[in-house]
Amino acid sequence: MTDANDFDVEFRGITKRFGDVAAVNNVTLQVRKGEFLSLLGPSGCGKTTSLRMIAGFEQPDEGELLIGGKDAVGVPPYKRDVNTVFQSYALFPHKSIIDNVAFGLKQRGEGKAERRAKATEALELVQLSHRADDRPTMLSGGQQQRVALARALVMNPRVLLLDEPLGALDLKLRKEMQFELKRIQEHVGITFVYVTHDQEEALSMSDRIAVMSNGVIEQLDEPRAIYDNPKTAFVAGFIGEMNFLTGTVTSANDGHWTVDAGVGVPVQGFGAAPLNEKVRVGLRPERLVVTPNSDETGTNRVLSTVLSKMYLGDQIQFVVTLPSGATVIAIEQRASVDPATDNIKPGDRVTVSWDAHAPLLLGIVDADKSNSTDTSTTKETR
Amino acid sequence: MTVDTAAPAPQATASGAGEHRSFKPRYPAWLALPSLAYQIIFFLGAMAILVAFSFATQTGFNQITYGFSLEQYKAVLDPTYLGIFVRTLAMAAGGTLLTVVIGYPVAYWMARYLGDKKLLALLLIIVPFWTSFLIRTYALKIILDSNGFVGQTLHLDIMYSAWAVGIGLVYNYLPLFILPVFSSLERMDWTLIEAANDLSAKPFSAFRQVTLPLTLPGFVTGALLVFIPMTGEYVVPAILGGGKFVFIGNVIGDAFNSAQNPPFGSALAISLMLALSIFVVIYILVATKEERFGS
Repeated sequence: MTDANDFDVEFRGITKRFGDVAAVNNVTLQVRKGEFLSLLGPSGCGKTTSLRMIAGFEQPDEGELLIGGKDAVGVPPYKRDVNTVFQSYALFPHKSIIDNVAFGLKQRGEGKAERRAKATEALELVQLSHRADDRPTMLSGGQQQRVALARALVMNPRVLLLDEPLGALDLKLRKEMQFELKRIQEHVGITFVYVTHDQEEALSMSDRIAVMSNGVIEQLDEPRAIYDNPKTAFVAGFIGEMNFLTGTVTSANDGHWTVDAGVGVPVQGFGAAPLNEKVRVGLRPERLVVTPNSDETGTNRVLSTVLSKMYLGDQIQFVVTLPSGATVIAIEQRASVDPATDNIKPGDRVTVSWDAHAPLLLGIVDADKSNSTDTSTTKETR
Repeated sequence: MTVDTAAPAPQATASGAGEHRSFKPRYPAWLALPSLAYQIIFFLGAMAILVAFSFATQTGFNQITYGFSLEQYKAVLDPTYLGIFVRTLAMAAGGTLLTVVIGYPVAYWMARYLGDKKLLALLLIIVPFWTSFLIRTYALKIILDSNGFVGQTLHLDIMYSAWAVGIGLVYNYLPLFILPVFSSLERMDWTLIEAANDLSAKPFSAFRQVTLPLTLPGFVTGALLVFIPMTGEYVVPAILGGGKFVFIGNVIGDAFNSAQNPPFGSALAISLMLALSIFVVIYILVATKEERFGS
């Protein structure tokens, strides 16, 4: 095992309850030095509570919390070597921008000249040194966000905590700030723990993502692995779009598996599978290839009917009815399809096919669960 | 304060929002006339009479000769009255201080920790106000009386002393301080305190640097609302001071009522107003010296 000092933050079986609800339920997590780790999940999944426990605003009910290898349970926020960028910015309205940024340094007892120099430097990093003497209310949302970032960064913390910092910004600004945040993180080399419900944000900036749901971490991995190899149906559905099929494993050998998902043809994929068990299979919409009717069916190749078609400019989104009656979404890049696909109309018979690497095995379907029957659920529209 | 910077003049910058909004009055100005007339007749008019009285001389029982005499003001400077002036201002200042010390924590607790019970607490604070000031003060007299239940149990003998008057002042004016402070604490964004703690400020330090300056407008208003009427207090020293511990208000009352000497009473009243004005201007300057607010 690795030494505890390799981690800036460590959760060991942490539980936090509010009343009867476990907001965070027996979570174990290790944040590596210098990494950009995102806690991603829908509201109420426990991501913000986890962040607030690292900041010291909440104390865990059970488990151990280590910051820099040292026990941090019970240590108040003002004694922790971590700083937070708040969702609402939380800038002091009665202080100038430079005084906001220098606030923490002043609490630490640093001299006037020194804190002024450091604060100016931090403002330069976020390109706002020209607004040093203004009040926060005179700045735009994006600028206030950058001041909040500078105010936390100037403390040079062991870990910087960011609580949905881009949530209040409009789309264009959000994209710009994503680049900016990543640039700054690489420049200063501080560990970032970033809370967000926006999967695109998490995918584009993080070194690793912890996908959370109902107080537990569903999967912790690099963005590509989270997208390409989701371990659970929740992760598969939350990150990007996903078509779900349910069926029984009919064969599993030599790293191949076959599932009878009732779509008329066998669904085949790579990997190990539990034989004769009912499993859930995921298919990304962009991995499905829609071609005009060719009557040729077979494994991973099924005749279907187009239910609807939507132009998204660079893409076409089809909703297709499989022979089983289930509907799936297929997305085609217009730059790479032939004109025949471009001309497909609703009602047309088409062939939907996919590569054997496309189907993802997403675990055994629990017979008790009511949602085990749904064959097609997708999330997150763009 | 922190890294000193010159107070920024609000400049019109490209990113500043809504610089060119006009606030032209939507209603004709003459609608304010009734209120203006009322003020002129009953406030400025009465003031003018008071000023005229103060420069007049008493020529006999109920007889006044108007003129420009400084006799009455010279009488005001008599050490006896100066002493009462000083006592009045000192008691009002002390009473205000005590009101602040008791009232601020109450307002803070209500605004921050009471949740949906806030309105109930607010009601409990306001309800005693629905009773006459006089009756409340008499009720307090029963409580403080050395022969009363509380007085006997605690062996208190503070009636007709500075303590009884002080307690009466604080009790009667406390809500006037709590309400404005509560309303500014209500508008407080408590995330700012988390931010301050996050930036290494200990709880009290965060309070001093963030909560206090941000609630200063309510604080200043509340303190003035309490201090000014306390200096003109008449009922509390009369009932709880029992004539042994008089305020300048009681002397003014006596001058008009029992002594039948309106010129002297007027001179006292004008002097009190002048003293108070100076006091209040200094207070506002000191209280808002550190933090000036831009909206």
